[in-house]
Amino acid sequence: MKVPYKYLPVLFLVPLFACSGDSWNNPYPATDADKNILYGAFAERPKHLDPVQSYSSNEILFTAQIYEPPLQYHYLKRPYTLVPLSIEKIPIAQYFDENGKQLLDGNSDQRVAYTVYEIVIKPSINYQPHPAFAKNDQGKFLYHNLTTKDLVGIFKPNDFSYTGTRELTAEDYVFQIKRLAHPTLHSPIFGLMSEYIVGLKEYSATLKRVATEQSKEEGKNTYLDLNNYPLEGAQVVNAHTYRIKIKGKYPQFIYWLAMPFFAPVPWEVERFYTQQGLIEKNITLDWYPVGTGAYMLTENDPNRAMILEKNPNFHGEAYPSEGMPNDIAAGLLADAGKSLPFIDKAVFSRDKESISRWNKFLQGYYDASGIGSDSFDQAVQLMGQGEATVTEEMKAQGIRLQTSVPTSTYYVGFNMLDPLIGGSSDSARKLRQAISIAVDYEEYVSIFSNGRGIPAQGPIAPGIAGYRDGQKGINSVVYDWENEQPKRKSIEAAKILLAEAGYPNGMDAKTNAPLVLYFDVTAHGAEDKSNLDWMRKQFQKLNIQLVVRSTDYNRFQDKIRKGNAQIFEWGWNADYPDPENFLFLLHGPQRKVGNDGENAANYDNPEYDNLFEKMKNMENGPERQEVIDRMIVILRQDAPWLWGYHPKDFVLYHAWYENIKPNKLAHNNMKYFRIDANLREKKRKEWNEPVLWPIASGLIVLIISLIPVMFVYRRRERGVGIPNSRAQDSNV
Amino acid sequence: MFNYIIRRIFYAVPILIGVNLVTFALFFVVNTPDDMARMQLGIKRITPEAVIKWKQERGYDKPLIFNAEAEGVTKLTRTIFFEKSVSMFIFDFGRADDGRDIAREITTRMLPSLGIALPVFLLGLLSYVTFALLMTFFRATYIDLWGVVLCVALMSISGLFYIIGGQFLIGKLWHIVPISGYGNGLDATKFLVLPVLIGVISGAGSSIRWYRTIFLEEISKDYVRTARAKGLSERVVLFRHVLKNAMIPILTGAVVIVPLLFLGSLVSESFFGIPGLGSYTIDAINSQDFSVVRAMVFLGSLFYIIGLVLTDISYTLVDPRIKLE
Repeated sequence: MKVPYKYLPVLFLVPLFACSGDSWNNPYPATDADKNILYGAFAERPKHLDPVQSYSSNEILFTAQIYEPPLQYHYLKRPYTLVPLSIEKIPIAQYFDENGKQLLDGNSDQRVAYTVYEIVIKPSINYQPHPAFAKNDQGKFLYHNLTTKDLVGIFKPNDFSYTGTRELTAEDYVFQIKRLAHPTLHSPIFGLMSEYIVGLKEYSATLKRVATEQSKEEGKNTYLDLNNYPLEGAQVVNAHTYRIKIKGKYPQFIYWLAMPFFAPVPWEVERFYTQQGLIEKNITLDWYPVGTGAYMLTENDPNRAMILEKNPNFHGEAYPSEGMPNDIAAGLLADAGKSLPFIDKAVFSRDKESISRWNKFLQGYYDASGIGSDSFDQAVQLMGQGEATVTEEMKAQGIRLQTSVPTSTYYVGFNMLDPLIGGSSDSARKLRQAISIAVDYEEYVSIFSNGRGIPAQGPIAPGIAGYRDGQKGINSVVYDWENEQPKRKSIEAAKILLAEAGYPNGMDAKTNAPLVLYFDVTAHGAEDKSNLDWMRKQFQKLNIQLVVRSTDYNRFQDKIRKGNAQIFEWGWNADYPDPENFLFLLHGPQRKVGNDGENAANYDNPEYDNLFEKMKNMENGPERQEVIDRMIVILRQDAPWLWGYHPKDFVLYHAWYENIKPNKLAHNNMKYFRIDANLREKKRKEWNEPVLWPIASGLIVLIISLIPVMFVYRRRERGVGIPNSRAQDSNV
Repeated sequence: MFNYIIRRIFYAVPILIGVNLVTFALFFVVNTPDDMARMQLGIKRITPEAVIKWKQERGYDKPLIFNAEAEGVTKLTRTIFFEKSVSMFIFDFGRADDGRDIAREITTRMLPSLGIALPVFLLGLLSYVTFALLMTFFRATYIDLWGVVLCVALMSISGLFYIIGGQFLIGKLWHIVPISGYGNGLDATKFLVLPVLIGVISGAGSSIRWYRTIFLEEISKDYVRTARAKGLSERVVLFRHVLKNAMIPILTGAVVIVPLLFLGSLVSESFFGIPGLGSYTIDAINSQDFSVVRAMVFLGSLFYIIGLVLTDISYTLVDPRIKLE
């Protein structure tokens, strides 16, 4: 028994020696202390990194740094502006009629049958180093026919001895568009794109047939060479030019060209990753992306950490030289014209718990952090005019706050198919309007979001064309304009509407029964109880009884799909900065029920639908604004949603983090960031000095408490044995 | 003994089938294959065709447990339950819903799980037995009394409190070790100190009390009286004679746990960012990945059965009177 005791202290000392540098709690290797590395965290592991499948915000954090679609959003300009990324210039839509004759004024011509985008890519762009491109002296690919023996000791692409690269070509973009229809990949935009890209739906059927035949002959996971099957809607013109042909007019298509779905994928990479041996080792394109972007993924262990490193073959890009008027004062143009990227490496650690993420941010081990509601008061204080700023404690650490309004909206929908609250009858409309007034979103944002939100006046989020600010933008059904700001109408006004709807004082005028409505929500924990209580109270203002029907997420989704919900919470995060991407959420043909679209409220108004069809093909301008205004008026009158609020993002940054300008649509912004690693290291040491006195005190207390123990021990050893009866007495 | 082990292995088969059936039933009571597809494919712009395709590719387009349209025995075999269960008995766990090989994930993640579980088990066992023996030694004194009070206090505190409190004190306030995270090789050690320490402390109350009870029962036996009568010191009586004879109940509790150590801890791993099997299971439950949940439950029950067999074998090693027939 003596031996383990003797070595116990050693067991505790080992980790301390393993800790390097002065900060014992540093989770990173000491050798990285003053390196130009960005440190971040992620809570949920990305599901897909293949650009044909990836759609979530936690995935695009990585894919946007690696893949380069043709276009990107200007980092500094607002409203959001598209600029070329890997192409020479923004493609201009060319319109054609049914007979293939080009129409010179496609914007107003009703005969448009096809739109063609001819895209010219920049020359001399090379892919990141990757074994898929490695060739031997005879020019044959080294790793395209791997055997079991070749894969011994291979656990990730970096384990291969040789890598190669090649120039980006137009064929790679076309290859990726074809991949949208690949039978074994599940592109979330295939359904949408097959409505527009000419021949994509048929192409999918062809590939499915070929893949089935091929798998019968060669087995599962065989390489399907898409280059052998042409697609009318995406064609190579020459090495650096390709053409996309879409049905009719779809001006919003250009925005999709700024998303990784349209980034290039070389056939060699697809061929490489389709080898059975690699799939068995979990080495797939979905896990190890290959691109031309500023960064490449060098380590992907999403259970622990994901590491991006500067792509040595990056074609180069300069920091923007122009921005908004305030950008110069904010120091955002200090690096104008300098070569990107500034950061050498980015380490993202998986940290599921918000408490540990927050504490590691305060210790300087993460460079930026969001703010949870439990740490809001510690981090942020609201000034006289409601302006948010960091607390003195944060200021002392040099922490800065950046706020922004993302292109999102959270709303409460009424199921328009519901016989009570839905439909276009005057009674149902007035009931919805009354509830719209009663549910006080100013109060909601203040209580539940710590002021981080803007009560919505309609579906379109701020910063998007078509959104109106000020008096012109208020929802006159719910608000009056008083003292230069919107003021929610009184509850009396809501009660009048309720009475007109046939429910005076919340009682059904026909049956004299109390009005009971049902709020369908996903299973809520204890922390959401107050939220639901608040919602009940809002309805109670009108003497309406709100029954909460809580269910799990699956059942909730099912209810929405089948139209069995009555009132429900929902949200939308825009794909691109166009009003169409919000207004389509209420477009009749996009109904959930029957059409499985994104119109969860199943709103269907022919006048609105006609205006939507007209608006979606228009260029931004006064004429389009007029149509949008009319659509918004219709929506406000019909009130299919409680418009809810547009959330505000609050993010904290350390003093060493520079060139920050929140851009909610450009996700490839890591290349613009700059880190002062020396300042960070200095602060980390300052903030993380080991505190040893509690341990020393504990040891002293332990030693002191051992003295009487030793005394008792010696007395007992010298004394006589304990009577058996006493021992039994203490056997409890 | 060999026959006994073979018999136990055969007994294990119906148990594993039963566990598999219960897991299957529980999982599909709250999830449907459509739910699983939508969870994997996301909620934006997903078409019904995409859901159907996803189910077909993964074999979730068949009936759950009984295929009325099939003929003969295929009524039972052309079902999700049969197709997903049979392969597990040859340890082919298949692929997770995200397409990754489950067996490879398990082997990769087993080490980090063991990194916490093994030291917690060994240090815990050593310290709990030691403290329990010391309390037995000091029985009927104020040291024993306060020891029991401390044990009850330790038992009364939630495991989550130890984790959050430990991270706050040792990681945040005292800056002794990282709050969370994991490293490769020796670098992992500094991340394991806190979870191991918390693991040992959080289990101390109940374990020490249990071992103390065992020792107290043991010291009331005749051989202890004889040892004392021979003039042996109390220390020698306890550490040499009582400890040896109390090994059977200690083994019952300890050996059965050994195989389960590989499966890691659900809560600890999530809080400390340890990429082990506990964390893997939690992620699978959250993402409704039946393939992973089923594989982990299967392994859990298999390891438990192995633990019970090992316990029986260990009895024969520590007590020659026991024979496995």
